[in-house]
Amino acid sequence: MGLNLVVLVKQVPDTQNITGDAMKEDGTVNRGALPAIFNPEDLYALEAALRIKEEIAGSKVHVITMGPPAAEQVLKESLYRGADTVALITDRKFAGADTLATSYALKCAIEKIGKYDIVICGRQAIDGDTAQVGPQTAEKLGINQITCVENIEQIDEASLIARRSIEGGFEIVKSKYPVLVTMTDEGHTPRTSSAIKVMTYKNAKAGDPEIPMWSIDYIGADVEACGLKGSPTKVKKIESVVLKAEELQMIENTDEGLNNLMHALISDHTLG
Amino acid sequence: MSNNIWVFVQQDEGKLADVSLQLISKATDLAKDYNSKTGSSVVVEAVLLGEKVKDLASTVIQYGAEKVFCVEDARLKFYTPVPYAKVMVDIIKKEEPQIILYGATTTGRDLGPRVASSLKVGLTADCTDLQIGDYESKGETYENILYQIRPAFGGNIVATIVAPEKKPQMATVREGVMKLNDPDSSRKGEIVEIASIVDDMDCLTEIIERVQQEKSVNLTASPIIVAGGMGVGTKEGFDIIADFAKTIGADVAASRAAVDAGFIHKDHQVGQTGVTVRPKLYIACGISGAIQHRAGMDESAKIIAVNNDPDAPIFQIAHYGIVGEISDVIPKLKKAFTAKA
Ligand SMILES: Cc1cc2nc3c(=O)[nH]c(=O)nc-3n(C[C@H](O)[C@H](O)[C@H](O)COP(=O)(O)OP(=O)(O)OC[C@H]3O[C@@H](n4cnc5c(N)ncnc54)[C@H](O)[C@@H]3O)c2cc1C
Ligand SMILES: Cc1cc2nc3c(=O)[nH]c(=O)nc-3n(C[C@H](O)[C@H](O)[C@H](O)COP(=O)(O)OP(=O)(O)OC[C@H]3O[C@@H](n4cnc5c(N)ncnc54)[C@H](O)[C@@H]3O)c2cc1C
Repeated sequence: MGLNLVVLVKQVPDTQNITGDAMKEDGTVNRGALPAIFNPEDLYALEAALRIKEEIAGSKVHVITMGPPAAEQVLKESLYRGADTVALITDRKFAGADTLATSYALKCAIEKIGKYDIVICGRQAIDGDTAQVGPQTAEKLGINQITCVENIEQIDEASLIARRSIEGGFEIVKSKYPVLVTMTDEGHTPRTSSAIKVMTYKNAKAGDPEIPMWSIDYIGADVEACGLKGSPTKVKKIESVVLKAEELQMIENTDEGLNNLMHALISDHTLG
Repeated sequence: MSNNIWVFVQQDEGKLADVSLQLISKATDLAKDYNSKTGSSVVVEAVLLGEKVKDLASTVIQYGAEKVFCVEDARLKFYTPVPYAKVMVDIIKKEEPQIILYGATTTGRDLGPRVASSLKVGLTADCTDLQIGDYESKGETYENILYQIRPAFGGNIVATIVAPEKKPQMATVREGVMKLNDPDSSRKGEIVEIASIVDDMDCLTEIIERVQQEKSVNLTASPIIVAGGMGVGTKEGFDIIADFAKTIGADVAASRAAVDAGFIHKDHQVGQTGVTVRPKLYIACGISGAIQHRAGMDESAKIIAVNNDPDAPIFQIAHYGIVGEISDVIPKLKKAFTAKA
């Protein structure tokens, strides 16, 4: 029989490795100059799905992303690693979505795939940084959720047992299907691409049969609940974090310099 | 519509989460600000779920809640998403608060989105500041709504998010960024018991095992912190840091690189994926000052940076800078302190 696994992946700017080129002269980040990458925790989600497929014969791994046509890259990388099918949810009307509108669109796409047992996401995307899309998609599907999963410890045709991290410890929890799981980067190291699969898919483009594009109409979503219109949150203002130029006082690394510093801190009651 | 300001109060095995009490304190300030701007009289209310929680309600009242809604049910003993979300959504629909705050803990970040999705309202993640203000859009003015201020983009930007059109406005808030008010044991409040609507069918998660240890340090409350980074070099190097910290009455913190290198336990990590601290004095030793580290300490009242690289970014947020080797500077600082104190 096997399980139907749906993996949600997102293409993100590489906010973790901001190098010289991506910095503007005023010390702020030039987002356009950041390379687009596979959201790191989503690679762990894909790895978890591929391992389940290896364990339970007949299982299928379906990968979905919502994004602009350029997001085809993360779908190709999923195919290179062993995904069975992929789909790119793309429509101008999805633009400006907050997590509520994003999860609604993902829910419609998952239901379009049809029968599913486990939906696997990353815990958090490194650009929006909210970790809200997983739980909201689960609620929209009307299914259970297990967030912050380090590892899927046991799995069979009817249920799974996962280890999830909580503050200062962990929980071992069990759930039947359908369930949505969000993965952290503490699990099995994601595999690299298979050379044969790269040969097979390297020329595939969004819109080809291997990488179908799904529109709002195709997934049967209500336009009013998508994109900016379906998003209750609005970004009022964005400021780049610039290093606060404090009044820096350099202290000589001498007995006298350090004595004076300690004296100053003790006399203003910061110390002592 | 009650229009009140709510806090979801988290308890784990009968212990209230620190962040929940910080949020009660913050909610009290927000209510004051809102009332003075609008002439209304909204109050702070709390929701507390668990097996036996009524005894905890008095503490919540001491910090500023006027009313605590308690829902007791053995199936709410430990947090699981479906039963908790069902109970929350039900009370929110009946009471119609205008703001709900959740701690940005694994529980708050699991529950908040589920409730927001069910109510089809906005939720702002992992806020570090909250304010009341006006918002204008397409010729409309929304008065006295909640500004939800949060870092995003790996900590490289700070965004102000609003949800002007729908109530409640909801946010998860990072632990340690909101100041705790002093509790007032003479405060009186109302404890309202609400019958549980949990059904066995909702209990989809079975908890097989749960291991949770108290943190070995509570840095969020430390007035003085000495933090070590990769520049400390070795686990033994951290002994010099700990010894200095002990001398000046400080707690020991660390960068993630130092934690990853095994110099010290993760409970000591400050930053985006560690704790947020705001001590009187933060002494950063051999820490370069990466944005993810600064996110957890740049609100410190005074920062001293010790680093052998005069161009290390940490100097750009420091008040005092010392260029030198850790093994040289720290013992000298200790000596200077002992001589003066
Ligand atoms: C500065 C800024 C701040 C924002 N703050 C908020 C906020 O506080 N609240 C809010 O509701 N929205 C917010 N948004 C909008 C939010 O970033 C987008 O809705 C985004 O599409 C999804 O959120 P995320 O990146 O945080 O994903 P997360 O919720 O962190 O993602 C978790 C997982 O969900 C899956 N996933 C997420 N997006 C997709 C996708 N497009 N396709 C497939 N799978 C996906 C992935 O598996 C991912 O690992 C903000 C946007 C910006 C630019
Ligand atoms: C998603 C994400 C989350 C993160 N979360 C956190 C977080 O919560 N907290 C955190 O701290 N980091 C976090 N990081 C990591 C962060 O980016 C940095 O890598 C980390 O803070 C660096 O630690 P460090 O300053 O100790 O080490 P380094 O950057 O290696 O700096 C060492 C410093 O010590 C100085 N030095 C070396 N030798 C000596 C000596 N003998 N005497 C004096 N000075 C010396 C060097 O000049 C240098 O400035 C996160 C990263 C990511 C991607």
